[in-house]
Amino acid sequence: MNASAASASILEARGVRKIYATLTALDGVDLTVTERSFHGLIGPNGSGKSTLLKSIAGAETPSGGTITFLGNDITSATPAERSRAGMSLKFQITSILPALSVYDNVLLAVQAQDTMTALLLSRTRGPLHARIMDMLAQFRLDGRADELAGALSHGQQQWLEIAMALAREPRLLLLDEPTAGMSPQERRATGDLLAPIKDRCSLLIVEHDLDFIRDICDTLTVLDQGQIVDSGPTRIVQNSEKVKEAYLSHA
Amino acid sequence: MTPTTPASTSKPGRRVIPWIEGVLLVLFLLLPLAIDDFWVLFVTRVFILGLLALSFDLVWGYAGILSFGQALFFGVAGYCCALLATKAGITSILLLLPVAALAGLVVSVALAFLVILGKRVPTSVFVALGTLAGSYVVERLARGWSYVGGQNGIPSLPRMTVFGHEIAEGPVFYYLSLSILALVYVGLRWLTRSQFGLVLAGIRDQEARIAFFGYHVQNYKGVVFAIAGLVAGLSGGLYAFHEGYVGPGQLGPVLSTQVVLYVLFGGVGTLIGGIVGVAMIDLFSFYLSQLWETGWPIALGLLLLIVVMFKPTGLIGFLVTSRERVGSFGRRTPKPKNDREVAAAVNEVT
Repeated sequence: MNASAASASILEARGVRKIYATLTALDGVDLTVTERSFHGLIGPNGSGKSTLLKSIAGAETPSGGTITFLGNDITSATPAERSRAGMSLKFQITSILPALSVYDNVLLAVQAQDTMTALLLSRTRGPLHARIMDMLAQFRLDGRADELAGALSHGQQQWLEIAMALAREPRLLLLDEPTAGMSPQERRATGDLLAPIKDRCSLLIVEHDLDFIRDICDTLTVLDQGQIVDSGPTRIVQNSEKVKEAYLSHA
Repeated sequence: MTPTTPASTSKPGRRVIPWIEGVLLVLFLLLPLAIDDFWVLFVTRVFILGLLALSFDLVWGYAGILSFGQALFFGVAGYCCALLATKAGITSILLLLPVAALAGLVVSVALAFLVILGKRVPTSVFVALGTLAGSYVVERLARGWSYVGGQNGIPSLPRMTVFGHEIAEGPVFYYLSLSILALVYVGLRWLTRSQFGLVLAGIRDQEARIAFFGYHVQNYKGVVFAIAGLVAGLSGGLYAFHEGYVGPGQLGPVLSTQVVLYVLFGGVGTLIGGIVGVAMIDLFSFYLSQLWETGWPIALGLLLLIVVMFKPTGLIGFLVTSRERVGSFGRRTPKPKNDREVAAAVNEVT
């Protein structure tokens, strides 16, 4: 990979703190996600991974620190503003719209970039058709476009949600435990489905499955008790003594 | 693993709503030939309150805004028209109905600024209480303000006119109301089936999720609230001249709540359900009040309770699947494949 492209950062979190009453979930976390990298966020349960991801996405407001995305301070931006700036999120709990067709779920995600007037006049549903079918094909859902999203299997619902998050061509995709509840085959398939997006966007992923994250991530950050234990290239971090200690002490 | 959802809900089936709409339209067009004056007035009132029900169904059934303030827009529009007619002598329908719609729009936009629009999405309870309070306060104001007739309201309104001809209650008013109802209905059907309608469907089911796509949920809610205010205003203007009277009761929580019941009973989120709800509740009320002069509201209340508890999709829910109610918004995909191809596709992806 080209070194200059790899080093350009698109997301910088500096000194992010999150305090719930007496519990300090994040205690001054620094994180940098570079352009077109797959960045894994791991750590024992309760280490603050999800809270960090939510603070970046705007689902939680940090108690302190700053978050910069593409050079703009987004620490207090609403989720909608972050999304329009090029950030996309897939929640931990699948939140597709089960009562809508698979096709309409993706349409809803894609058309979010259009103006309200264009939507009132339904001006973009024709032009977006090809892109939607393309997205569905990438995630092997094109044969089920007409079915209700709620009728898909658990794994397929997760894929649909990733397709929705990617459909708007974000610069940064945030995934919170995308393979939770998936069968081993589905996990492998998810890795295969995610690999091709690397030339389009960066990925910040929270995941329990270490094998999965080792396979797809080039950078790893390890959190424990709200603080960064280690961060760097995957092959170095995964063998770090500090990391093993953090995992073993909770195992 | 094959999904176990029944085919009827996972594949688009035969559509029923267009049939209900068509049958009702033909029925309403021909009805005056078969009924006497009393029933013509009765059904006209159903059309006018049907407009108000459409307005509530739009905010609650489509945008998930629990508004207990639809009567506010209805009543303020009625009062504006009544004042214009009695104090300024304006009776032209070409002026009065636009004023009614505008009054509903202005009041709803003002209320939207207070309870809906803001940086963060307000909770449903906040909106319900805010609209209820608005409705309550304005009713109290009207009761105490002698310029608008206080407790008595403004009686003996003149008839509306069109190019100097009076629009009398009866068949003329009947067809006038039916045309307006049909026009508004078609407009709202188009709106709710548009890509804008898809955003509303998203807001209704996963409001928090939609914001992460980049939608400004409050703006969508605000626009829907304003459109619904306009429709309620139109309804209020028509009602005032059909009854020849406006009063504080047309502004308040009682009517606002009644509209909620109309729509819940008929079927929320279908548009046609609200109109069916008005017709059925008013018919039941009429016949029950003849059967049991004092206790009929108890019987009506029980009936409403049974439907709301056991059939949350209302009367329309007996005929229409939830798949059809939610509908589809994308480009029409190719004709449904035959069963074998569907099975093959399912096997391929699972």
